[in-house]
Amino acid sequence: MEFAFVEQNEASERALVQRARAGDRRAFGELVTRYMRRAYYAALGLVGSHEDALDLSQEAFARAFRARANLDPELPFYGYLYQIVRRLCFNFLRDSRTRRVRMEEATPWLMNQAGAKAAAADPGRSAERSELCAQVQAAIERLPEREREVLVLKEFEGLRYREIAELLGIPIGTVMSRLYTARRNLAAELEGVL
Amino acid sequence: MSDKEVRSPEERARRLIMASLDGELSGGERGELERLLDAHPTLRAEWARFQRVKEVTETMALRPAPEEVWSDYWASVYSRLERGIGWILFSLGAIVLLSYGAWAGVKELIADATIPWFVKVSLLALTVGAVVLLVSVVREKVFVARRQRYKDVER
Repeated sequence: MEFAFVEQNEASERALVQRARAGDRRAFGELVTRYMRRAYYAALGLVGSHEDALDLSQEAFARAFRARANLDPELPFYGYLYQIVRRLCFNFLRDSRTRRVRMEEATPWLMNQAGAKAAAADPGRSAERSELCAQVQAAIERLPEREREVLVLKEFEGLRYREIAELLGIPIGTVMSRLYTARRNLAAELEGVL
Repeated sequence: MSDKEVRSPEERARRLIMASLDGELSGGERGELERLLDAHPTLRAEWARFQRVKEVTETMALRPAPEEVWSDYWASVYSRLERGIGWILFSLGAIVLLSYGAWAGVKELIADATIPWFVKVSLLALTVGAVVLLVSVVREKVFVARRQRYKDVER
């Protein structure tokens, strides 16, 4: 039953990509609706700001449509889109002017999953959690972009090593090495609070 | 963990630790990691530190976007697509009109006998220079970028 659903889904995506490739904006709109959340959260994990993640993910879709001749209906659309998202995000982060503005306007992009209920039950503990969350967020922001990317894909998007490797076009071993370095750096940054 | 091609025992241990934290260890690999941890206390200490990091990051999630973002999302992408076409048409129109204006102006100035010859030569040089620069930029954008094999490689 589940296999049938996956196959049906893949076939419908293939058809949408074929139509989008031919310039059908409605079909492309369906692809946007399908992947907008994933693209947004991928960008959010990389740039750490709601406004920028929204802008960059939307720009990625626009670029994907402009370069639609490169779309391959046999390959997953999200893999193609993610390459554009990450390139835009990395360029954005490397731009020294944006970096300066970002430092001035740091906003929270991580949250504690315990949520509001736990906060109401124990406000003291909640403040402690928020503080830890801010420290983790700052430590992740200081990671080199490739380590940050793998960490975000693993921890906050819940992908498996194989999925990360496919998405980034790198061997699984490289995924694990980057993850190791990211966590080691994170552990060093958070030494006082862990 | 499927990638067994590792260069050193340290690298193998690191990968086993990562796979253990992320629930991607096979039964045999679990035993291998246990043996490594028993044999190397420093490795066990590192494993424990990583476990604490994992426990902390596991309790966190990306902050959700406001729900209204999604209803306007496609409309914003669509506007960008339209604006792209608009800019292309605007640029083409501007290039044609400016080129025609420049050509007409230069022709008139050259025909005017009251203007000194060096002004005419300077103006001609200015116009030809502008055209060369424009063509060079367009050529770079259109041909060089298309043939650049490594344009997608991140530096």
